[in-house]
Amino acid sequence: MEITFEMIDDILISVLSGELDHHSSGEIRDTIDHTYDTFQAKHIILSFEEVTFMDSSGVGLIMGRYNKVRERKGKIAVVGCNEYITRILDLAGIYTIARCFVSTKEAVAAFEEGGEGEIWNAETE
Amino acid sequence: MERRNRIKLEMLCVSENEAIARNIAAVFVAPLDPTVEELTEIKTAVSEAVSNAILHAYGAEKDGSIYLEMEADTSGKITIIVEDRGIGIEDVKKAMEPLFTTGDSRERSGMGFTVMESFMDKVQVDSSPGKGTKVTLIKSLDRIHGF
Repeated sequence: MEITFEMIDDILISVLSGELDHHSSGEIRDTIDHTYDTFQAKHIILSFEEVTFMDSSGVGLIMGRYNKVRERKGKIAVVGCNEYITRILDLAGIYTIARCFVSTKEAVAAFEEGGEGEIWNAETE
Repeated sequence: MERRNRIKLEMLCVSENEAIARNIAAVFVAPLDPTVEELTEIKTAVSEAVSNAILHAYGAEKDGSIYLEMEADTSGKITIIVEDRGIGIEDVKKAMEPLFTTGDSRERSGMGFTVMESFMDKVQVDSSPGKGTKVTLIKSLDRIHGF
């Protein structure tokens, strides 16, 4: 599994590529967190467009990053999920904490519009 | 095409073997003419079961084994067993509940068994403390799509 990053304003775009499982998710998690802190980002977009396999480790990865962005009042979005990834995310009810977009461009546009806070990330407490 | 087959493998409980196990399962099932959907579902379920064993079965012990057994009968029914001889599960019913995890709940989804149950026809878990865990995954391939 590989990961590349791009920053647009305060949004960290993380493009995942390859197979995401328990084995690969630990290193990916640390890399995202390190980059998020280094660049003082607020929001995170996780792109799954190039992910060829994902199991429930992907859910853990999103949950963990959600907890991370919440500390900075940021939001999290997932983009480019295929039908299998969507099924797993649906099972876990992940869309209560992360919004899903077809493309990174749409996700960035939604972040920059803002104003959807309550709907976007429902408070869990 | 309609011949039966069986394979049994022993592997070390290291996380590199998650990818190896699910890809072996895919290679085993591929000649039985599964749909792409069935193949992905089986790979995902095997990945979940093997990850569980690697994460939980042997604690700090690093040389435990995981056993992967796959069987196909002539009707297209696939039975996959992922077994370990580790610490076992005290409360199987609770372990199978969605979102339940004994790990870091900020980073672990606790969705492994839920995904297995959703992607396979049947999931059976036999376990008791000190006796290891045996996860049986069953799926009948839908042959109607075939020519």
